[in-house]
Amino acid sequence: MSEHKATGWPGIVCPTPLVDQLHITLAHGSGGQLTADLVRKLFLPAFNNEYLAPLGDQAVLPLSGVRVALTTDAFVVTPLFFPGGDIGKLAINGTVNDLAMSGARPLFIAAAFILEEGLAVDELSRIVESMRQAACEAGVQVVTGDTKVVERGKGDKVFITTTGLGVVDKPVVIAADQARPGDKVILSGTIGDHGIAILSQRENLQFEGAITSDTAALYTLVAAMLEASDQIHCLRDPTRGGVATTLNELAVASGVGVEIDEQRIPVKESVKGACEILGLDPLYVANEGKLIALVAADAAEAVVGAMRRHPLGREARIIGEAVAQHPGVVVLRTAVGGKRVLDVLRGEQLPRIC
Amino acid sequence: MKYVDEYRDSGLAQTIVQEIRRLQTRPWVIMEVCGGQTHAIVKHGVDELLPEGIELVHGPGCPVCVTPLETIDKAHAIAQQPGVIFTSFGDMLRVPGSAVDLLTLKSRGADVRVVYSPLDALKLARANPDKQVVFFAIGFETTAPANALAVWQAKREGVENFSLLVAHVLVPPAIAAVLEAPHNRVQGFLGPGHVCAVRGYEDYEALSARFGVPIVITGFEPLDILEGILMVVRQLESGHARVENQYLRAVRREGNRIAQEIVSTVFAVCDRTWRGIGTIPHSGYRLREEFRDYDAERRFAVAGIDTKEPAVCISGQILQGAKKPHDCPAFGTLCTPQHPLGATMVSAEGACAAYYQYGRRPS
Repeated sequence: MSEHKATGWPGIVCPTPLVDQLHITLAHGSGGQLTADLVRKLFLPAFNNEYLAPLGDQAVLPLSGVRVALTTDAFVVTPLFFPGGDIGKLAINGTVNDLAMSGARPLFIAAAFILEEGLAVDELSRIVESMRQAACEAGVQVVTGDTKVVERGKGDKVFITTTGLGVVDKPVVIAADQARPGDKVILSGTIGDHGIAILSQRENLQFEGAITSDTAALYTLVAAMLEASDQIHCLRDPTRGGVATTLNELAVASGVGVEIDEQRIPVKESVKGACEILGLDPLYVANEGKLIALVAADAAEAVVGAMRRHPLGREARIIGEAVAQHPGVVVLRTAVGGKRVLDVLRGEQLPRIC
Repeated sequence: MKYVDEYRDSGLAQTIVQEIRRLQTRPWVIMEVCGGQTHAIVKHGVDELLPEGIELVHGPGCPVCVTPLETIDKAHAIAQQPGVIFTSFGDMLRVPGSAVDLLTLKSRGADVRVVYSPLDALKLARANPDKQVVFFAIGFETTAPANALAVWQAKREGVENFSLLVAHVLVPPAIAAVLEAPHNRVQGFLGPGHVCAVRGYEDYEALSARFGVPIVITGFEPLDILEGILMVVRQLESGHARVENQYLRAVRREGNRIAQEIVSTVFAVCDRTWRGIGTIPHSGYRLREEFRDYDAERRFAVAGIDTKEPAVCISGQILQGAKKPHDCPAFGTLCTPQHPLGATMVSAEGACAAYYQYGRRPS
């Protein structure tokens, strides 16, 4: 067998999986290094084309002079209902946000439901009603769909996959590879709310003061930002893998270094407390209603100002900047005055013993 | 956040660092004993703040790292048996045994669950009377009381489908082993704050007197650690060697008597094998005879498993402070958190993983 040129691995060439584990583990779904390996070693070689290659959360496709944004997402959350939302609201908002992060105006959504035998119709009704409301608020229409039922034990109540379509109206190019040294890193609000809300509900952990998911459709916030400036280079909603993972992806894609200040990153007291107790780092915890923007330095204040006038961006602030040094690496300036590399998670973030 | 932000203040940190610098006349080697301290040092970049000549070496206090391979293989053998719910703290899931890790076993169908407390595992046992629920009882003196309580409650309530795979280890014998090692360089210790919150620090007074080393019982926030270092340096510079308590808000000299009582009711001291170090006499806990029915090793007949460590990894020397992660030729190349060769790369508290995760410097 010959050695594969691109990977240096002995043996077989794409699209045969060059993944060095025999089975999929939960860590492959954590959004960290193993997820990236799966995408780069299996999916990308199989389907590679100019629109897929940047590995964005959405593709922007030129169709007859219109720039169409297309995205797809699967939702497998447990529990289905959690403080601040449910799987239906999450599905609509998540899809709307993936479109919005390219600067696109979300228009249409297709939804497929995989239902497990035995699911209460009442639960499904609540999920669908929640989707209806979320779609209405986000100004999108659900225009087609599909339903499948699997045997009991072959699913987890309900899985939803959604596909979203939108249009990029403005002549802006917002993508992961557009950041430049000097850009300011803007965060729209507190981090970690969604992940901790889900975890608390799933593990039945009782914390003082309810922690609710931040799930929200971010398009109107993005629209306000685009009104303020056309110098927005990257937009990303830091979902799975959190702010740390998102910043690493942007740093790698753009070939810039990123430096952020721990002290400038807003974390709610309740979330911070839960993270301290559970041994988790809020920088790696999922958000569903926040965005990170990399914006030209001279436009940053105007963009932050516009965000703060919007209900979803009241706590927006600059948390750091892109630099020419250490390309592809994110550095955190710690509150106590030290510095460290903020790396990508290797697997799932696991609670520590003490 | 109250009680957290105060201990991460950069102004106060600088004040302590300047005081260390003012006192210091020569280089000193100080070991932080706890994995939690190692984690905090690298996570907050505390090592970067220290004056040159203050060298921190990372001690054997990561319970995940020192759990021997054969115990992990026993855990895997139990987890693969039908009808078993195997429960563990999160960071044991990625520790490789000689073949796989628990996460992989889970992906192959084993019922492996992360719990936050052994009492949650006991709840699972009550709720699943047709299953055998096993809790992986690892850790130092800190986790022992809750594990003891779980077994004690199980016995009192007659919950028979619950058992512990016990791999408890004790800190003072490990400190003695470090100091007795022929090439020991450690001159002072940051003592284990949470272990002492349970056990108190009388044992450490004996160690300090026997070996003539300063031991400062220290907390886990950046300012705790800096203050602990300052107190050790002050002793070293003035030629003192005694136990001091930096972690006043949590530790009393006599410790937590109630916790000690439940531990001695359920556990007895035994010899224990430490991964990478070998057997240290009187360095662990086992279940007392009265509680033998709750011993998973007996229940699942895995006592015969006897795995030897692979020779390539230097984690034993790292655990004893003789070497640093960067001294290992495999560090960051052959051995990464994704493909750990030794347990110090696996746990977030392991020195190698901490260096890899946080300590890499932008070049």
